[in-house]
Amino acid sequence: MKTVALPVAYMPLVDAAPLIVAREMGFDHAEGISLDLQPAPSWSSLRDMLAFGHVDAAHLLSPVPVAMALGLGGIATPLSVVSVLSLNGNVIGVGTQLARQLGDHGYGFDFMNAATAGSALAKVAGDVLTFGVPFPFSMHVELLRYWVAGTELASKQVEIRTVPPPLMAQALAGGDIDAFCVGEPWGSFAVDDNVGALLLPGQAIWTCAPEKVLAVRNDWAETEPHLLGSLMRAVWRAGRWLSNPESRTTASEMLSRKSYLNVAPELIDRALLGEFTISARGEQRHVNGFVEFFDGAATFPWRSQAKWVAHQLAKRNGLDPATAERQAAKVFRSDLYRRELQGLSVETPGASEKLEGAIPESTAVASAPGSLILPRNVFFDRRIFEPTG
Amino acid sequence: MKQHLTVVVVEQNQERVFQIVDALEESGDVDVFVVSDVSGVARQIATHSPDVVLIDIDNPSRDMLEELTVVSGPLERPVAMFVSGAAGGLAKAAVEAGMSAYVVDGLQADRIKPVMDIAITRFQMLRQMRVELEETRRALEERKLIDRAKGLIMRAKGIQEDEAYALLRKTAMNQNRRVADVAEALVTASALLS
Repeated sequence: MKTVALPVAYMPLVDAAPLIVAREMGFDHAEGISLDLQPAPSWSSLRDMLAFGHVDAAHLLSPVPVAMALGLGGIATPLSVVSVLSLNGNVIGVGTQLARQLGDHGYGFDFMNAATAGSALAKVAGDVLTFGVPFPFSMHVELLRYWVAGTELASKQVEIRTVPPPLMAQALAGGDIDAFCVGEPWGSFAVDDNVGALLLPGQAIWTCAPEKVLAVRNDWAETEPHLLGSLMRAVWRAGRWLSNPESRTTASEMLSRKSYLNVAPELIDRALLGEFTISARGEQRHVNGFVEFFDGAATFPWRSQAKWVAHQLAKRNGLDPATAERQAAKVFRSDLYRRELQGLSVETPGASEKLEGAIPESTAVASAPGSLILPRNVFFDRRIFEPTG
Repeated sequence: MKQHLTVVVVEQNQERVFQIVDALEESGDVDVFVVSDVSGVARQIATHSPDVVLIDIDNPSRDMLEELTVVSGPLERPVAMFVSGAAGGLAKAAVEAGMSAYVVDGLQADRIKPVMDIAITRFQMLRQMRVELEETRRALEERKLIDRAKGLIMRAKGIQEDEAYALLRKTAMNQNRRVADVAEALVTASALLS
């Protein structure tokens, strides 16, 4: 069958799985397209590849297109987020010295409670605490800032510095950073390298953080609606395949290949399974749904998610939060998601916005075609984010 | 624009470093610092406070420099890139889109200096535009405050607009403050009391 080649850029990370699986399992060919996956050397390059038309779609950090819409960060090409690729999937870790001090103070490393982890860290950290993150506009930064502001860490001077994930372990060992927030497999990599210990999974701060998104240029979405639809359906099918527990081992093998992540499949398996080795002493912790590609309408681009990100960015950058939320809401295209995925037995919610942080337990909500269970959605401080209309 | 330039080159390959440094030093009054240990790149750049940073587009450490280009960051620097081979078209598009941060072409020693000049000029133009925009925004905010203060005085004292403005100006003069500051104080006080 003749297929149309579609250049798509990605970062070699566990959460690029939906794109890699769509290609490797042939979900792209089934839709008449052929994904030409191009790894990017950095997030700034990845963003530029999409913005300047080198590729037609990209695996992006969810705050990147929002920041661009708010005029932050230099490049302003209008982008559309057509689906969320993954929820959660980050870990927060500390260097060996802080880890030892935490242990000496009797901290139990429950890998769960963000409030107690914050107070424990505040007790042992110096006046200045430096975190490494992959990019200035990232869920990593947003989660860290939210966590710091809501715990005793607020009394510290917290610096956030950009460090490319493959260099995170090295930066920790060299003392450039005291701690980090990074996507897998790079947190586990630091533990295996014996330079740090894991403190929290990202969802300990927000259980439903939109981590990576599938983004395209607005003009491309308008001129190539058929290709866009094919891409969205192929990626959605890949997410569904990934959500099947039986796919896990195959997925780990696939991602670990040299042409993709080029790390041991065991490291990838930890993230997909949620089984973590949190310290060099081999302590194990389990996290349910550490990274989510499908269940609970995980891929639906909620406008309220864009608004939450915009609200945080606006507050830190001196912009008007209400205006920023309005601008950001246009970026998350729940309208395109409904248009392209209907007829696929996709559970799409009736609403395009929700109160973020207001679902203490999984809840059934109105949806098409049937019933949709929305997963637990809470912030560690139990605050609720109400999007501005 | 000052003539003397400080340049930081982020590059690990020794041979390439020599080429770049030679080209830069030939081209005039330039201090060149080479950063080959990328783990502390942001710190080292801060130490040298360069006019321009040169880095290969394929270098993963590029994201560390992104921080320096984020609007209103304390370390605003133009970042120029070496772009080679396949990504050439990308750089062209970036330059056309008005980014200061790309150098077209691969590593050709004789091209480094002129292209860097363009990068710096464009960067300074952008920075100036940002400063102007900031000024305009502030002026607009102050205009609004003064209008509200005028309205408050007009209503409270039953006087005309020009009289209200004269009163504001006189008060500011007597207290040796800016009209906008007096207006702000009045608006705040009135909000507290209402």
